Amino acid sequence: MQSTARAFTANARQALDDAKLQVALARFPEGFPVKRRLAVERLPEFEALRDDAKEIKDHVLAHLDYYLERFEAKVAERGGQVHWCSDAEEARTLLVKLCRDAGATTITKAKSMIGEEIGVNDCLEEAGFKPVETDLGEYIIQLRHEPPSHIIAPAVHLSKDQVAEAFRAAHKDLPDDRPLNEPQEMLDEARAVLRRAFLSSSVGITGANMLVAETGSIVLVTNEGNADLTQTIPPVQIVIASIEKIVPTLEDAATVLRVLARSATGQDLSVYTTFTTGPRRSGDLDGPQHFHVILLDNGRTRMLGGEFREMLRCIRCGACINHCPVYGAIGGHAYGWVYSGPMGAVLIPNLIGVDEAKDLPNASTLCGRCEEVCPMRIPLPRLLRKLRDQQFEAGQVPPLFRYGLRWWARLARWPALYRLATGAGVATLGRLGRRKGRFRKMPFAGGWTNARDLPAPQGRTFQQWWSAEKGVRQ
Amino acid sequence: MISGRERTLSAIRDALGRGALGPDEKAKLERRLRYPRANVVPARGQCDSREGLVATFIAEAERVNATVERLCSGDDIAPAVADFLRAHNLPQRVRVAGDAVFKDVRWSDAGGLEAEAGPAAADDSASVTGAYAGIAETGTLMLLSGPDSPTLLNFLPPNHIIVLPEGSVVGTYEDAWHRLRAEVGTGIAMPRVITWITGPSRTADIEQTLLLGAHGPRRLHVLLVDGATSAA
Amino acid sequence: MKVALFVTCLVDLIRPSVGMAAVKLLRDAGCEVVVPAAQTCCGQPAVNSGDRADAVAIAKRVIDAFSSFSHVVVPSGSCAGTIKVHYPELFQDDPVMARRARDLADRTFELTTFLADVLKVGAIAGRFDAEAAYHDSCSGLRELGIREQPRALLAGIAGLELQELKGAATCCGFGGLFCVKYPDISEKMVDAKVDDILASGADAVLGGDLGCLMNIAGRLSRRGVPMNVRHVAEVLADMTADVPPVGGREARGSA
Repeated sequence: MQSTARAFTANARQALDDAKLQVALARFPEGFPVKRRLAVERLPEFEALRDDAKEIKDHVLAHLDYYLERFEAKVAERGGQVHWCSDAEEARTLLVKLCRDAGATTITKAKSMIGEEIGVNDCLEEAGFKPVETDLGEYIIQLRHEPPSHIIAPAVHLSKDQVAEAFRAAHKDLPDDRPLNEPQEMLDEARAVLRRAFLSSSVGITGANMLVAETGSIVLVTNEGNADLTQTIPPVQIVIASIEKIVPTLEDAATVLRVLARSATGQDLSVYTTFTTGPRRSGDLDGPQHFHVILLDNGRTRMLGGEFREMLRCIRCGACINHCPVYGAIGGHAYGWVYSGPMGAVLIPNLIGVDEAKDLPNASTLCGRCEEVCPMRIPLPRLLRKLRDQQFEAGQVPPLFRYGLRWWARLARWPALYRLATGAGVATLGRLGRRKGRFRKMPFAGGWTNARDLPAPQGRTFQQWWSAEKGVRQ
Repeated sequence: MISGRERTLSAIRDALGRGALGPDEKAKLERRLRYPRANVVPARGQCDSREGLVATFIAEAERVNATVERLCSGDDIAPAVADFLRAHNLPQRVRVAGDAVFKDVRWSDAGGLEAEAGPAAADDSASVTGAYAGIAETGTLMLLSGPDSPTLLNFLPPNHIIVLPEGSVVGTYEDAWHRLRAEVGTGIAMPRVITWITGPSRTADIEQTLLLGAHGPRRLHVLLVDGATSAA
Repeated sequence: MKVALFVTCLVDLIRPSVGMAAVKLLRDAGCEVVVPAAQTCCGQPAVNSGDRADAVAIAKRVIDAFSSFSHVVVPSGSCAGTIKVHYPELFQDDPVMARRARDLADRTFELTTFLADVLKVGAIAGRFDAEAAYHDSCSGLRELGIREQPRALLAGIAGLELQELKGAATCCGFGGLFCVKYPDISEKMVDAKVDDILASGADAVLGGDLGCLMNIAGRLSRRGVPMNVRHVAEVLADMTADVPPVGGREARGSA
C-alpha cells in the first residue's frame, strides 16, 4: 500500500474537520476500553498471564530459526507446503503464481494485516483475479477502496449511512428501493452477497493469529466465522503469516488467546478460534485439497536485530490503539499506512522507513496508556523515544525545534545565566499579564495561543523569592 | 541461488548474533515441545466438582449469547431439537453430524423431524453436531473435524445445535489439550481442524453495534445431556 | 529531615507560588528545606525530543547539584518521572553515571508522594470551597503510580468535594512540546478533557503538574469558562485566598 504518512499533519487536520469521523471516534471511549476493563476485572490472573505471554514471545524470538524450521517440518508432515519470502514483492509474486496454478477466479479473503502490508488485493486485481474480503468491516472498506482505519475494526470510522451508500453502489443487482437503514439490514445483505462469494471461491487467503510449532497448526481468530468459511470451502488455502507469529505449543497458544480477545474487544475469547493443520484428509467431507503457508519476513529480521525487537511481541489486539488519545482525536487513516495508533507509530517507521513517517514517532504525548494496556508489555513510549533519538541524530528535527532545544539546553546548563535571562523575561511578562492573568496572543507562541490562552507568569521567579525568603529567615 | 528459506533463517541468525543452534540447545527446545507445560491457568475453570464445572460452563456460555438446555438422557435429544426448531419457527429439518452421540437417536420419533447426515448444504437452516468437549472457563465448545463431522456443519447453517454429554465438560483450555493428547494425540492423529466456538457468530463492524449471526450461525443452542459420559 | 527542593523550571518561571506552597508543606511536616542554586530544568524537553546529548548534559548537572541530599522533592509528576525513570536510561553506556543516576532516582520523590508515603502525613487541614475535578497527569499516574496520595492529603480540606472524571486516566493533550508541534490534535484532546470537566459539574480543577494545568486552564479560559485551576500544593498549603488561580487575574479590586 502507498503510504501517506508524510502528510500526517494535513491528514490529521482533515480528520479533525471530518464531522462523520468525529462522531464515530466519539463512540470509542465508551466502547472497547470499558469492555476491556470489565473483562480484566473478571480475571484475577490477567497480569500474570501478561507476564507469561511476554515471556513466551521473548523465548520464541530468541529461538525463531528453530521454531520456524520445526513449524515447517510439521506442516510438511501433514501434507501442507511452506514457502519463505523475504519481502512484499516476493510474497506478491508467489501469491499470484499460486492463484494462477489454482486456476482461480474469485478469491475469498479473511482480514489479514500482513495482507494489507503487502497490498494483496491490489496485486490480485492487477493479475486479473477477483479478491473478495469477507470480514464485514474489511468488505466495506474494500468497496470504498480505502485502507483499514483500525486493525481489528477496519470500518470503525464510518457511519451506517456511508456503509449503505457503499452497498447501494456495489450491489447493483438488488432492488434500488430496498430498505437499508439499520445495521441489521446491511449485515443481512452482506451475509447474502458474501455467501455467494464463499460458495464460488477457488482460493481462500487468510492470515494467521498464531503458528504453532508443536503441531504445525495455524490459529485463526474471528467473531464472524468468515475465516472458517474462507479456509474450508475453496479447494486451495493460502496462509500468509509474518515470521514472528510462532508460538511453541498449544498451551502457549492458550495463554496468548487468554490475553488477546480481552485486550482487543473485551471478550473473554473471540467466538471462533480455529486450529488448522494441513489440507483435507482422506475421508474428510470438506476442507481444501492444497494448503500453503507463506512465511514472510518483510522487515522483521531487521527489527529482530535492532532496538525494536520488543515490537515483534505485538499480537495485533489493538488495545494500544483503543486507549490512545491521539488516535481518539484523529482516527487511523491520518497515520497514512496500514497500522495506526501507538503500535502503528512504532511499526510504520520500522517497516517503511523513518524518512517516510517523520511525524509518527513525534505525534504522541507519551502518556503511557498504551504500555499500560499492552498485553505483551511492549514499552511503546520507550520505543517512540528511541525513534525520536534516531531522528534527532539523523538531523530530521525541524530547525526551529532543534535550535530552540539547543538554546534552552545551553541555558539550563548555566544556572546563573539561566536566572539572568529568565528573570528579566518573567518580570516583563508578569507586568504585561498582571491585569488579565493570561495572554491571548504571544509572538512565537502561536502553537500554544491559537487554541489556548497562556497563563501569565506571576512576575518573579521562585529563585528570586527564595533568595529574599532566605535573607529574611537568616 | 539462495532460497528464501536460507535467506530468512540466516537473517534471523545474524539478527540474533549467533549461528544455527547446537544439539544441546536444540534438545532443550525439543523437550519444551515434547512435554508442553501449562503457563498460568485461571482459577475460574478449576473446580473439583463436576456440578461446579457444569454450572460454570452454562453460566459462561449464556454470557456469550449461547442457550443451554439440560436433558436427562439421550432419548430427549430428538424432541429437544424439534422443540427448538418449533420455538424459532424453523422447518422441522436438520443436517446431522455422524458423531457417536447420535447413534441411538431416533429422529423420526419426534413428530415430523427430518434428519439427514452429511456435509452442510447452502440452504440448510439448522445443523446438529456433537462436540469433543465443553470448556467451562469461557463456555467454549471444542469441535474436531473428521469424516463424521465436516467443519462446514458448524458454520453454514444459521442455527447450530450442539449436543454435549455432561461428562465432556472440562475446566480449562489446558484440560482440553490434556484430554486431546491422551485420547486422540497431537501428532499425526490430531484432527485437521479443531474449532473452539464461544457463542453464536457476531459482528460490531457497523457503528460498533453488536449484531449476532454475521457469517456463522445466528443461534447456538447447547443440549447438555446428563448421565452420558464422554462422546469419545 | 533535610529536603532539597527541585522546583522545576515551569514553577520557577511561571508560578512560583507552587514552590512556595511546597516549601510551606515541607516545613509544616517538620522538614528543613534547601533549594540548591545550581538547578534549572530537568531536561525533559531534550529527553522527549531525542536530543540525547543535551539530555545527558543537563542530567549530569542535576545529578551533581543534588548529589549531597538524602531526599529530593519535586512538585511535578512529570519532572520527577524524568529524574526517576528516564535519567537512568540515559546512561546505559556509562556505568558510573548510571549508578549515580539510579542513586538520585531512588532519592527523588514527587511532592504528594513524599508527604503521603515517606513522611506519612495524613489529611491536611485547610479550606477550599469548591467541587473540584482532580486531573491525574500521565507521567505521575503511570510512571510513578501517583493517584491516591493527593486525594488522601486533600481529605482534610474543608469545603472541598472531589469529583472523579469519566476520562480520569486520559491525557489532557499537553505532552510538553507535543502541544506546540501538533496544536490541532492537542486542541482536540484538551477539548475532550474540558468537556469531561464541564460534564462533571466541577468548578475547580486540581492537579500536580503545572504543564497540564496551564494547558487545561488556557483552554478553559479561551472557551470563556470560568474555573478555579490550581496546583494541589496551593490548596494543601491553604494559599488559595492569596494567589489567583492558574490563568486567573489577581484578587478582585487590584485589576
